[in-house]
Amino acid sequence: MADEKRLMKGNEAMGEAAVRAGCDAYFGYPITPQNELTAYMAKHMLDHKRVFIQAESEVSAINMVYGAAATGARSMTSSSSPGISLKQEGISYACGADVPIVVINVARSGPGLGGISPAQGDYFQSTRGGGHGDYFHIVLAPKSVQEAADLTFEAFDLADEWRMPAMVLADGMIGQMMEGVVLPQPKDPATRVAKPWASGNRPAGRPVNHVDSTHLVPEEFEQANIARYKRYDEMKKTLVRYEEQHVEDADLILAAYGTSARVCLGAMQMARKLGLKVGLFRPITLWPFPEKRLGELAGKRFLTVEMSMGQMVEDVRLHTRGKSEVSFYGRCGGMIPTEEDVLAEIRRILKK
Amino acid sequence: MTEKTFMAGFGGQGIISLGQLWVYCGMKEGLEVTFFPFYGAEKRGGIARASVIVSTEEIASPLVTAPDSAVVMNMDSLPLCEAILKEGGTLLVNSSLVKVDTKRTDARVIKVPCNEIAERLGDVKFANMVMMGALSKATGAVKLDKLEAVLKTFFSESKHKFIPMNMRAIEEGAKAVS
Amino acid sequence: MELIYGHPKSLKPIQTKYCPGCGHGVIHRLITEVIDELGMQQKSVILNPVGCSIWASIYFDFDSVQVPHGRTPAGATGVKRMLPDHLVICYQGDGDLAAIGTAEAVHAANRGEKFTTIFVNNAIYGMTGGQMAPTTLVGQKATTAPYGRDPVEAGMGYPIRVLEMFATLEGTRYLARGAVNNAANTRKTKQYIKKAFEAQLRGEGSTMVEILSQCPTNWAMDPVESVEWVESDMIPFYKLGEIKDELQGSAVKEAAK
Ligand SMILES: Cc1ncc(C[n+]2csc(CCOP(=O)(O)OP(=O)(O)O)c2C)c(N)n1
Ligand code: SF4
Ligand SMILES: [Mg+2]
Repeated sequence: MADEKRLMKGNEAMGEAAVRAGCDAYFGYPITPQNELTAYMAKHMLDHKRVFIQAESEVSAINMVYGAAATGARSMTSSSSPGISLKQEGISYACGADVPIVVINVARSGPGLGGISPAQGDYFQSTRGGGHGDYFHIVLAPKSVQEAADLTFEAFDLADEWRMPAMVLADGMIGQMMEGVVLPQPKDPATRVAKPWASGNRPAGRPVNHVDSTHLVPEEFEQANIARYKRYDEMKKTLVRYEEQHVEDADLILAAYGTSARVCLGAMQMARKLGLKVGLFRPITLWPFPEKRLGELAGKRFLTVEMSMGQMVEDVRLHTRGKSEVSFYGRCGGMIPTEEDVLAEIRRILKK
Repeated sequence: MTEKTFMAGFGGQGIISLGQLWVYCGMKEGLEVTFFPFYGAEKRGGIARASVIVSTEEIASPLVTAPDSAVVMNMDSLPLCEAILKEGGTLLVNSSLVKVDTKRTDARVIKVPCNEIAERLGDVKFANMVMMGALSKATGAVKLDKLEAVLKTFFSESKHKFIPMNMRAIEEGAKAVS
Repeated sequence: MELIYGHPKSLKPIQTKYCPGCGHGVIHRLITEVIDELGMQQKSVILNPVGCSIWASIYFDFDSVQVPHGRTPAGATGVKRMLPDHLVICYQGDGDLAAIGTAEAVHAANRGEKFTTIFVNNAIYGMTGGQMAPTTLVGQKATTAPYGRDPVEAGMGYPIRVLEMFATLEGTRYLARGAVNNAANTRKTKQYIKKAFEAQLRGEGSTMVEILSQCPTNWAMDPVESVEWVESDMIPFYKLGEIKDELQGSAVKEAAK
């Protein structure tokens, strides 16, 4: 039986979704605008007799997550942009050692200390492997409190299934706003992916397990990376997710994710009322990016809208392969574009 | 139906609980809702603001930039609310604290002496509830017929004794709208 | 070494990559002997640090988790919290523990994390080729202290006595310092390790054994000179013995005496 709809803050909904996904251990460090998430986990993880630690730094927290996950546990952390920068070291190690972890970024404006208002300036960091080395990891971008909960819940399964970090890239708006949410039913632990590679509880006869990213023999390391990239190719075929509205007849397609996509939805509706043929393309998986679908839509005009100086727009340009005219409209520094702003941009582009 | 409301006042006036209760009731009445408070540094300066939307459709941007209705709880909030209110929108003014008239001639202006009414009921802290009663009556967007049940989950047990007072504040607020 | 007989089950019978006279190999042996004595081979996890002992995982015949440089106690925290009935060993060098990972080490100890840290103090950065470590002695030469460590004029700071510093933390229960430069010290060190592991298995709180260890290669000495240097220069500064012992188990033993 489904749960009743509850009114929840994004941060709390993500916390509850993680608890229901069977998160065994949470490690975090305070930072606005995600503090309610850490506080939620403190209470509920302890209530469930699970592990919660307020670490001494994000660097430490991510390595606790890594250590716990190396034993096969479901473990996670959450933070906001400056803290996520500090976690990149641990994320790179988790990718190198193929350890599934969940990381939530309730992004704020940067660079530097920046501000605490919502922003999407962490797209490059999230989708390009923000730490050192050759890697990618799953990046999921929710547009609402409901999706924030659903994607957080799913992130644990996806991370386990693909043996890599899964990041939920939200922003201060998603984290701080309240909406109605129907929470997913608690995950049955019996349905979890088996982790025969994990350290600890070694039965007699099993060879030693090393959860390790060290490879000092170049020939071997190259092969390991090639194998990892084969997995990435597989993910590009099966994991990609996006939402689209009215793209078929559109003279102009708005491309946006997360909060910006909400703004674009409003702008699209306003434009349609004016008789303008505007569509919306919203990537849900930022990595793997819906490159194939964009390739199919190549030739159409695009307007990418972001809360940044323009990051995802590069992917839109890349995957429409020069066949589309791709414009960009962005606000940054914690400013949120308005539906009216985007509509004005649409009219300017369509000269109507 | 979509009702976008912008709520503004100073910290301690209950703007946040006003917004939360409004969408909570809206949700219980089967509507889509979003509530986005302005958080962080600004709050410390004593400003409390929230973007609040209830709708029968999927809600697009949670940010209210051209509100159908604006709740002005104090004097300082008037210029901003006046500036962004939609053409022909509803301006609900706490006339206990806002003593000047709006320049917006197109707006439907509803003056509610929230603080006075609340004080008459026994405590100025119900001023936000008076305003919510007025907002419901003026817009019809949220009926508040499930408010009593909502308050029971919203407030902790120890505060349940104030529920009747809240309900009266709502009624009085509604009455203030002609 | 005369006290070592047979080959520990938990140590793979393979040649190590350590330099001749290096202390790491002896320390591995002590750890595995204790693990065998405690019958914990199937339930031990070692966190091997970035440093010369990054290789530890391939020598040990039990599970391991490798973490970034200095984050060893954070990783060990995650592992031990999920596997409270396991013997979790946080193996760290002096650079790992007392420079890049100071915060992680201090806070794990302060939380009373119930794993055991084996802190290998060779007063140098071994793996990267002999740079100054936080524990490098005053006057000791390193590639980054070519005229010797000079705390005053060159502002290079003073060698850190980690255990004495950690003794002030309430989360720590057992802190002992040993050495592996001769048979007597090695035997004593093994006792410290065993006491710490037993305390861990009783769930008593943070335990750490610091081990003064030779790095002949980066000290530019031969193995014999290096063990002598431990005696003549290191031990006078880093006093051997149990720096802190607040173990319940010990208290019981004391009372029984
Ligand atoms: C973030 C980071 N910085 C620097 C290094 C390079 N590095 C590897 S080992 C090491 C020092 C190791 O010294 P210590 O911890 O004393 O161990 P030892 O080799 O002496 O046993 C350094 C600086 C690294 N691997 N990662
Ligand atoms: S460099 Fe020093 S610490 Fe490293 S293996 Fe050689 S002797 Fe041992
Ligand atoms: Mg060293």
